[in-house]
Amino acid sequence: MNWFVRGLLAGIRTEAEPGGKDTPPSISPGLPRTTLHASPEAAIDIAAVCPTGAIVAHDALASVVQDLCVHCMRCKPSDPGAAGGQEWRHDVRFAHGPEGGEAEPLDRRFTRSLHVRIVDAGDCGSCLNELAQLNGPSYNLHRFGIFITPTPRQADVLLVVGPVTRQMRGPLKAAYDAMPDPKRVVAVGACAAGGGIFGPSLMCAGGAADAVPVDLVVPGCPPPPFAIVHALRAVCGARPLDPSGNLG
Amino acid sequence: MTTLTDVLQGLRSNWLAVAWSLEQDSIAASIPAECLSDVVTYLHAHEWRLGTVVATDRGTSLEVRYAFYAGRYPGWAQLVVAADPVARVLPSITPVLIAADWFEREIEDLFSIRFTQHPRLGDFVLHDNQWAENNGLMRPNVRSSADMEEQRRAWRPRRVLKEEGAFVMPIGPIYSADAESALFLLETVGEDVVRAIPRLFYKYRAIEKLAEGRSVRDVLLLAERCSGTSAIGNGLAYCHAVERALLIDVPPRAAALRAFFAELERIRHHVTSVREICASTSLAVAASQALWLEEQLLRICGAVAEHRYFFGVLDIGGLMHDYDPAALEVAADGAGALSGRIRILRDALQNSSSFLDRIEQIGIVDEHAARTFELVGPFARASGVSADMRSIQPYGAYASVAFAVPTEAEGDGYARLRILFAEIAQSLQIVRTLLRELPAGPVRTEPTMRAGFGLGWTEAPRGASIQWVQVGEEGTILRYRLTPPSFRNWHGFHVATEGFAFQDFPIVLATLDLSVAENDR
Repeated sequence: MNWFVRGLLAGIRTEAEPGGKDTPPSISPGLPRTTLHASPEAAIDIAAVCPTGAIVAHDALASVVQDLCVHCMRCKPSDPGAAGGQEWRHDVRFAHGPEGGEAEPLDRRFTRSLHVRIVDAGDCGSCLNELAQLNGPSYNLHRFGIFITPTPRQADVLLVVGPVTRQMRGPLKAAYDAMPDPKRVVAVGACAAGGGIFGPSLMCAGGAADAVPVDLVVPGCPPPPFAIVHALRAVCGARPLDPSGNLG
Repeated sequence: MTTLTDVLQGLRSNWLAVAWSLEQDSIAASIPAECLSDVVTYLHAHEWRLGTVVATDRGTSLEVRYAFYAGRYPGWAQLVVAADPVARVLPSITPVLIAADWFEREIEDLFSIRFTQHPRLGDFVLHDNQWAENNGLMRPNVRSSADMEEQRRAWRPRRVLKEEGAFVMPIGPIYSADAESALFLLETVGEDVVRAIPRLFYKYRAIEKLAEGRSVRDVLLLAERCSGTSAIGNGLAYCHAVERALLIDVPPRAAALRAFFAELERIRHHVTSVREICASTSLAVAASQALWLEEQLLRICGAVAEHRYFFGVLDIGGLMHDYDPAALEVAADGAGALSGRIRILRDALQNSSSFLDRIEQIGIVDEHAARTFELVGPFARASGVSADMRSIQPYGAYASVAFAVPTEAEGDGYARLRILFAEIAQSLQIVRTLLRELPAGPVRTEPTMRAGFGLGWTEAPRGASIQWVQVGEEGTILRYRLTPPSFRNWHGFHVATEGFAFQDFPIVLATLDLSVAENDR
């Protein structure tokens, strides 16, 4: 049997974007969110569990800086009903503008033709692996008119993964400068969002914003493919950012 | 047959002045620098392989530790050589052991130790066009980025080819659609790649430096994220090293579950590699089908562990928490149900002559080269070197699980593809066996902090991951050394690419299954 027939027989495997609030962990690990604990001591305890300082206690309230979360899972109770852990949001609409502000999307004309150049600025491989899935049958980025392009000269969006290592800073800036205007930068993953566990440090910057102006941040370690799809749809104005999800 | 005790006897009788000690399965000795080359030659002749080289600089003292392991029976040897912290010179062992080449280049760059007789030092981890000489990033006096001296300098790739019309084709550091950042300098006169030099470490994050002064538990996050696609492979080797240093016994249930997750990760990783090989030959339907299989496996992993790449599964002393037996069964059944589709994909690929034409007889690495460069993992096994840490240096649950280590003789792209499929089948069997005989009991031993050091190893999806830690009294890491499999295998990259046509370069690269992130650390 030839490959063409094999392809046809496999049928359509493309899935709709999950809209609701209960995406299963097989598709998205979710993110911790602001939680009211039983006592101020409990909030301080849970903040101490976080290795990246993403959880901040104010009295009994423990708020979350989602860009800093590296999915160590230490604040998540192993049994969902158990008390003491941080609550988690279970959706895929992670993307937000810089400093929590509004990102200005590209012109509406980009909604059906958006070209993305991916730059690996020190990624561990998992964000890139999730990006590779975007062109797979399940996510099928092409259906939205979004294409991954090998050249920055034809790119509208620079998608940065990794904390920006000192030795990748130059090539990253060169790629940004080579892009025509108008252009947008999307920082994908905890490392690109805020340095993750690697930066800022001796050989790493504290994320993509230290090298190029960032328009949209997608937290997560790694963010699931649907969160990246949502961000790319938002950057061309085809989807609103979902402010309700970003309460942290 | 030679055994560990024979080798120890040999060492004792040849080097009478050295105090050789044997503890469990590990030979240890401090040896003078002048007999290092001879001892290394002796171990190499007895089929011992280089595990890792660890330099430690304490300001007032400087030592380099060479860890070797036996190739056919359980056994390790650690040779410690002291160097003068002011003169910073040691004899190179590269002339007698080519596999040590990159280790010495790395140490020269990061510790400013000069290795006499080394054929080529410089421009390795820290790129010559960006940094001043002798920055010595790993030395204790370098604490922040301000201590690193940047210096823009002209840099040109080394040219070897002198023929008329010869030129260097640079690829990278940013190239292709979603490739990892690395620069390849391909020297050519037209059709064939004559010399291939990878320039790596663009993604160098200095994980070993970042680990210093952090708690053993926090460094686990770094070990997992050194290469996110083999989080268990590298993370577990780190856990083993710390558990040795802290003298912790891991409960049998935790050991079995760790192996369970490691094998699921191996299956998923190998499907990813198959996908990359299909994509590199532009076989779009097969690549899509492999992508779909990979996504299903990621979902199985996500459903059981709540993270698609198994971050946050491991902990020092065992696992973060226990797992419901039903959920484990669902994961094993899910992977089992996909195995039929994986076999169908394999058979379809093996019956596609146009596909086979692209991967057969290209990127050949023969057994001699694989042994010379001491390659590891599926890469080595496709060249007839049956090196698998799970069987030659068993750890955790693998001592009691029966499995085969598939090998192939050809060492070409197709042999490497066959190895991937054969290992997927083996891993599925291991997963089943582990679940059938899953011991009951706790999944974590609470660690008690103490000062010590330890060596840990695993067979990560890409090959042997060997790590060394030194822990201080309060449970902080004083020195962390990470030797991931890709660091070893990139060393043999040029063997596979030189002498083959330009258009085969991406295909050869895909079949080698190398991770830049894992190498760069």
